[in-house]
Amino acid sequence: MNQSISPAALFVQLVAVLLSVLLAPLFSGWVAQCRALLSNRSAPPLWQPYARIAKLLRKDAVLADDATALFRAVPYILFGSMVAAAAIIPSLSTDLPFAQAADVIALVGLFALARVFIALAGMDIGTAFGSLGSRREMLVGFLAEPALLMVVFTASLMTGSTLLPTIAEALQSQKLALHASLAFAGVAFVMVLLAENARIPVDNPTTHLELTMIHEAMVLEYSARHLALVEWASSLKLFNYACIGFALFLPWGMANRADGLLWLLPALPPLLLKLAAAGVAIALIETLSAKLRLFRAPEFLGTAFLLAVLGLLVRLMLAH
Amino acid sequence: MQPNHDALLLPVALGVAAAWVLMGLAGFVHPRSVRWVARVIFPLGAAGSVVIAGVGLLALFVPPQHLVLPMGLPGLPMHLRLDALSGFFLLLLGAASAGISIFSAGYFREGEGTAPGLLGMQYHVFLAAMSLVLLAADAYSFMLAWEVMAMASYFLVISQHRIAEIRSAGYVYLLLAHLGAIALLLCFGVMMQGGAGGLTFAAMRQAHLSPLWASVAFGLAVIGFGAKAGLVPLHVWLPEAHPAAPSPVSALMSGVMLKTAIYGLLRVSFDLLHAPLWWWGVPLLAFGLFGALFGVLFATVQTDMKRLLAYSSIENIGIAFAAMGLALVFRGVGMPLMAALALAALLYHVLNHAFFKSLLFLTTGAVLHATHERSLGHLGGLLRQMPWVGWTALIGTLAIAGLPPLNGFVAEWLLLQAFLVTPQIPQPFFNLIIPLGAAVLVLAGALAGYVMVKFYGVIFLGRAREAQLAASHDPGWLERAGLLWLAAGCVLLGLLPSLVLTGIDRVSALLLQHKLAQTGNWLWLVPVSAQRAAYSPLVVLLVGLLVIALTVLATHRLYHGRSRRAPAWDCGAPGLTARMQDTAEGFGQPIRRIFEPFFQTHVALPRPDDAAPRYRVQVADRFWSQMYQPAAAAVLWLTRQAARLQQGKIAIYLLYSFVTLLVLLMVVIR
Repeated sequence: MNQSISPAALFVQLVAVLLSVLLAPLFSGWVAQCRALLSNRSAPPLWQPYARIAKLLRKDAVLADDATALFRAVPYILFGSMVAAAAIIPSLSTDLPFAQAADVIALVGLFALARVFIALAGMDIGTAFGSLGSRREMLVGFLAEPALLMVVFTASLMTGSTLLPTIAEALQSQKLALHASLAFAGVAFVMVLLAENARIPVDNPTTHLELTMIHEAMVLEYSARHLALVEWASSLKLFNYACIGFALFLPWGMANRADGLLWLLPALPPLLLKLAAAGVAIALIETLSAKLRLFRAPEFLGTAFLLAVLGLLVRLMLAH
Repeated sequence: MQPNHDALLLPVALGVAAAWVLMGLAGFVHPRSVRWVARVIFPLGAAGSVVIAGVGLLALFVPPQHLVLPMGLPGLPMHLRLDALSGFFLLLLGAASAGISIFSAGYFREGEGTAPGLLGMQYHVFLAAMSLVLLAADAYSFMLAWEVMAMASYFLVISQHRIAEIRSAGYVYLLLAHLGAIALLLCFGVMMQGGAGGLTFAAMRQAHLSPLWASVAFGLAVIGFGAKAGLVPLHVWLPEAHPAAPSPVSALMSGVMLKTAIYGLLRVSFDLLHAPLWWWGVPLLAFGLFGALFGVLFATVQTDMKRLLAYSSIENIGIAFAAMGLALVFRGVGMPLMAALALAALLYHVLNHAFFKSLLFLTTGAVLHATHERSLGHLGGLLRQMPWVGWTALIGTLAIAGLPPLNGFVAEWLLLQAFLVTPQIPQPFFNLIIPLGAAVLVLAGALAGYVMVKFYGVIFLGRAREAQLAASHDPGWLERAGLLWLAAGCVLLGLLPSLVLTGIDRVSALLLQHKLAQTGNWLWLVPVSAQRAAYSPLVVLLVGLLVIALTVLATHRLYHGRSRRAPAWDCGAPGLTARMQDTAEGFGQPIRRIFEPFFQTHVALPRPDDAAPRYRVQVADRFWSQMYQPAAAAVLWLTRQAARLQQGKIAIYLLYSFVTLLVLLMVVIR
């Protein structure tokens, strides 16, 4: 806003963003490890995603003959918008000066921007798989995006703000109570998280079975540094979604605007704890459910959308 | 500015309108010469557009100007008025039409339908009529300009009148335009009777209508202006007329003419009628939201690129009507700040739409000229052949899909902010229902993204679906300049929302006597309060670009950044052809299945033993078969009944006269 941004706040902002960017592959690795353990496989090491990114960065990029400049630009745009999103979402502290530039609606807009660009990149080469994946990604997105907005609107109505740090602070200061509206919104949010991050039951991040894949089909043509950025952006997206979930439904343990820099340190263990629990939960859901046929995915997401709207209605009618 | 300078604004605007008419007539000096009409007259017309946009901009910041012309009906000279509302729409008209005229200067070719001179005349009269619609301050001049606008656009639509489909498209348009005009005439008639009975808007403002009559007038205005704007169910002319018209004409009609209807409804419901009933907003909200969803769903299943854009216009007009409905509700229940917010969303949205929809229609024109194809099934990969068109179209695509940091997102953001305060409306039950409108709105917004990925991806990305597309190339510099102008508008409107809102606030001050509580500066958009919401596209863009720059630097400096080219991965099955890409039908198919009740689908499956199998899908608009065709049948039936009176024998007609005379005598004598 008009008031000048203090260097301390800027420092917090930088630390938070860097932490998100660096922790994101670890979180993906943790989910993969939990999944492997739950399905009685020997688990890949935690740092596997880092090793993969490092390996990909060293390789020569292979571009399809027909690839346009758009195709090459998309991984950077994707990564850039996910980092920008990470700068809005409170993870360690709610003292985020950048969050004043973009509220939750803009956040959902950033996710939509990333989705549209990756879908366009999928169509750019002109292979059957790429365009198929793009179509499916947009199919998932057009239902997941409104559902996510309805979820954040429920929280916005409770707190009278669309700025995510303000929402988190307001929810933090409320006394602990089970809000029916937030419960509905929470279930809807988890469903959206699974769908948007290419997780079972909507998509399978590890499959390369052509008939069922969505996300992997779009990025089939990417290699080396481009693929590294796309994968990093994907894991950052999952991390961002998890942090949105914490801000809306488990806002405790975060440092506040009034707190000093030192408060960042005690905020770290709760965040790691929440991330670990979220990873286990995601892996559990993925292990326990079967992948849906593609045409059941709209039903799944339609349910999420209706649940989110129901949460909004409960909030409006019962103020609960 | 000095007051004596302000007085010049209205004459200058009028002068530009007159100059447009003269330019149109000047085309007849060499009616068959494309060089004279296109290269000389159209750029002059664009200069006029720039002037009128400047007038509109200045008019936002000065008090209303009046002018009475010594012409018109006996006893009723033509009244003109230039206030902030007219000024805003003049700005829209000028800014959008400047780009369209420059594009047209390069676009019109020899031997395409109507002679260039005639086309130039129709085009410039169309522009002049639209500006007069915005300036008129009495019902007579308004209707005169309105009808000239309708006629000029009708002739522009049927410029390739040798094709029967185009003639019938024009006929549908003419029919709905007149249906709307009748409703408007009746509306002005109702508004006249309340007070002094004058035809001028000033007299109507003084009139005191009972709530019932005011509502009747409002309803007629919604029908009249809704028919012009393409409010569902009066939308059927749009998907017919837009593919029929030349692309710059589609751009002008969709980008600018639809907005004159929004202007008219704003003028009537916020300025002329003084009975703010909150429930007026309810039908607008309902029809608007339904129209938005309906339009975008139909856009997803289209295979003709201009028809797709026409349905997208229906969606955008639906959103505009919903925003207006919200503003009416807020005004009616006495929440002027929120009404100003909804109104700002509406005005922002129509300004955006003028830019991105014109831009996209012009890109379809460039594609059409380069490839002679309108069907999405025969296009593909044009970004490589036509980079100028492709990249400007990408800006339009992202803008219309409502993505930050471009302009479409700002209006969506403002409108959602307005929806978020609806629970504060003191109308029980109703205030609980409208937030659900936000659900429909965001669903339509997300579907718009789907539509635009299909539009852009199928035309510009992938591989060419036909061999002859390899020969297509970018248009000339005039067309590029027009596209760049509009694309720059999309970017600037997206990055500087606070500056745009300062102008829009003047309109709110005029219509609602209330402004937005803007506490931000040019960088930050803070419409209500800093606690509630803030948005700064420029900061978002800069941070995003910074991250991207750092990433590029890191991948290329810390690592080698080498790349090489290879054939696309064919999954081990060689012989991948361009025909295997997703088609336009394929892209729309999931939506067609999910929202099946909306569509009237005919699928023709081939028999299993068919040697040359063909799969055909036709998606029809239910409103045709369930509303318009029965209505047409009813009219036909009535005319048949009336025709029974006509026996063709003189004796019968004499009998009619005699019976009429008898009846009249009975009435008189009694």
